[in-house]
Amino acid sequence: MSHPVNPIMSAENPQVAVEHLNLFYGTAQALIDVSFGIPKSQVTALIGPSGCGKSTFLRCINRMNDLVEGLRVEGLITIDGENINDPALDVIELRRKVGMVFQKWNPFPKSIYENVVYGLRIAGIKERSVLDQAAEQSLKRAALWDEVKDRLQQSAMGLSGGQMQRLCIARAVAVHPEIILMDEPCSALDPRSTARIEQLIRELRDEYTIIIVTHNMQQAARISDYTAYMYLGELIEYGPTQKLFTVPERQETEEYITGRFG
Amino acid sequence: MLTKKFLRQGEPYVWATSLALSMILFIVFLLMYVVLANGILVFWPKEVSQAIMTDGSLVLGEKIRQEKDPATGGQRFQFKVGNRDLYGLDFKWVDAQKVKTLSRPEAAFVLERQEHGNFYGFLQELKTPGLHSPAEMGMTLQAARDIIEPQRAEVSKIEKKIATLNHKVEQSNNRLARLLYKKEGASPAAAAVRAEIEELKTEFDRLVEILNSKRAIVAANVAVMVDANGREKIIALADIVRCYQPNDMSWLEKCSYYMSRIKELLIAEPRESNTEGGLFPAIFGTIMLVFMMSILSFPVGVLAGIYLREYAKEGYLVKTVRIAVNNLAGIPSIVYGIFGLGFFVYGVGGQIDQLFFAEKLPTPTFGTGGILWASMTLGLLTVPVVIVATEEALGSIPPGIREGSQALAATKFQTLTRILLPMASPGILTGFILAMARAAGEVAPLMITGVVKLAPALPLDTIFPYLHLDRKFMHLGFHIYDIGFQSPNVEAAKPMVYVTTLLLILIVIIMTSTAIYLRNRMRERFSVADL
Repeated sequence: MSHPVNPIMSAENPQVAVEHLNLFYGTAQALIDVSFGIPKSQVTALIGPSGCGKSTFLRCINRMNDLVEGLRVEGLITIDGENINDPALDVIELRRKVGMVFQKWNPFPKSIYENVVYGLRIAGIKERSVLDQAAEQSLKRAALWDEVKDRLQQSAMGLSGGQMQRLCIARAVAVHPEIILMDEPCSALDPRSTARIEQLIRELRDEYTIIIVTHNMQQAARISDYTAYMYLGELIEYGPTQKLFTVPERQETEEYITGRFG
Repeated sequence: MLTKKFLRQGEPYVWATSLALSMILFIVFLLMYVVLANGILVFWPKEVSQAIMTDGSLVLGEKIRQEKDPATGGQRFQFKVGNRDLYGLDFKWVDAQKVKTLSRPEAAFVLERQEHGNFYGFLQELKTPGLHSPAEMGMTLQAARDIIEPQRAEVSKIEKKIATLNHKVEQSNNRLARLLYKKEGASPAAAAVRAEIEELKTEFDRLVEILNSKRAIVAANVAVMVDANGREKIIALADIVRCYQPNDMSWLEKCSYYMSRIKELLIAEPRESNTEGGLFPAIFGTIMLVFMMSILSFPVGVLAGIYLREYAKEGYLVKTVRIAVNNLAGIPSIVYGIFGLGFFVYGVGGQIDQLFFAEKLPTPTFGTGGILWASMTLGLLTVPVVIVATEEALGSIPPGIREGSQALAATKFQTLTRILLPMASPGILTGFILAMARAAGEVAPLMITGVVKLAPALPLDTIFPYLHLDRKFMHLGFHIYDIGFQSPNVEAAKPMVYVTTLLLILIVIIMTSTAIYLRNRMRERFSVADL
């Protein structure tokens, strides 16, 4: 059962273009013929019920799936026209370009400062002034600076959950990626922290291409420019958020967003 | 019905678990009590009792025990009477019914001697021909001994000089042997070495002459002592290590005596086939062995653990290796000892001798037990503990941390060195602690790979090349076995067994608590408990 590709799925000027992506865990297929283009400097939300392959798809974009054993990818993903599954491509370069924020915040057991500059240190930057500046800028971008500026050298483990997640965003922003992947960044946070992070995502939109996986349809509606609805490994519908939530083209999408299913 | 309710309450399970813990605690405390009770007062000066027997004879010594005589049914006392050179035995049983009176003569002396154990008796006369002190007539035994001390020190200084000289002669002889081995016996180099040896020998003869004359002067200074029954014994002042009158000592004097014994224990060499004197070489050997074992085994164990957890592809082979590593920890330590003897000592050591010390053969250099081989054997014994600890520590790090680091464009190796190893360090250190404690208490494998009853020199000293990995060494664990079970005078050695045990336990506690302190600090720093 293959669905026809929606014309909008090949958006003009896509930064990330996905063509006929199939993904297998051993013999089980997790993504089925997914094709669409993700525009630059926009927020694209991936929605769909649990287990539909949203996160798996997201992890294809920075090749985090490389760490999973027995996983096989077919099809083509290009970022700025470059095939990211090309064996000649340096995956470290790719991950420098494509940052990621995880569902469960994962700061390192180091100081707040060291967490933020970790990516820069990894890239070999040693000048104290450069690191200091990057730390301040990134923490300001992540709207965390005012809360932590007096305790940068204290352990990141002393922060609250929402602060830790913003720290993880600051950490991702610090290496100046072009694309930021967010895998349900608010799912474990209270409403206030969620609001802060949503605000942050709206602010980051101008500089970064953001792809966010979310369970929360209101959230997708609030923060995204484009939305993709996935179900059982297939991309059902993709289009501008406004349109997808008001006049969805497909029956399944409508059922899901109106809450009759899912 | 009632029992069912009783069982559901959960009380019996609490009792069962607490009973198990109490049993273990009881055994541990009993052991510590026995060691402490017997070990801590060994050096406290004990009073000397004099028993006047019904037949008119006298017994002088420390009354150490009172018990029922299995033969007669009456009470009997055990006296430590010392004076081994006079009586042949240090201990004597005395029938309580034959004792007329027991007294504590204040004038009774105890002399600790270089040889023949303690002397219990009274001072009759001091003969000090070499000393012209104005107070000579009224001089006490202690003062006389103190005056003779510098001269005695000089003698031992000359003795040390001779020992160094001997070492030099030996080295020159080795050089000559090497030249002869290379068939260069007629070369100018060989002639030079021969001349050197001649020169050293002349110096040696000169020193021996000085030594003999000094010794004669020192030996002329004697104390004439008598035992309880008036038997005379002449003791050279230089042979007296300590003299004291325990029945006439204040509490403070006893404390100072106690401290001086502890000091001797920690820094002096053993005397009298290890039953007297200090334990310094054994303490040094034990600590050095544990350190060398750590240096040799920990890096290898940690690297192996990292490979198993981080790089090896999970499969049957890795599972088999893991089971094998776990089982290695269960092999009896004597088996490791035998392996160490066969592989390290005879195999590797033998090859090293063939290649680098061929001129000394058939005298082995590395082809015999030594601290290097003992450390390696112990390292082999403890490496499984380190591997398992490393693996577990790495495995318990949340996967999100690894992903977080790799998503920030860190390579696997960067993630390992910057994030995972620091986070795993508390767990790895726990493995080190277990390994160290095990290594410090191990005796069996050492007995065949390099431990000796009495090592003539430390494996670390001031003679080039300073670190002598081929040397044999002493060890507290072996010391306990040796003096406790192999000593010709077991009864006299018994207090020393307790003291040595106490010391070994203390050393292990100090080493492991240092490691635990470090571990806890790291745990605080790298904890991710809230993630």
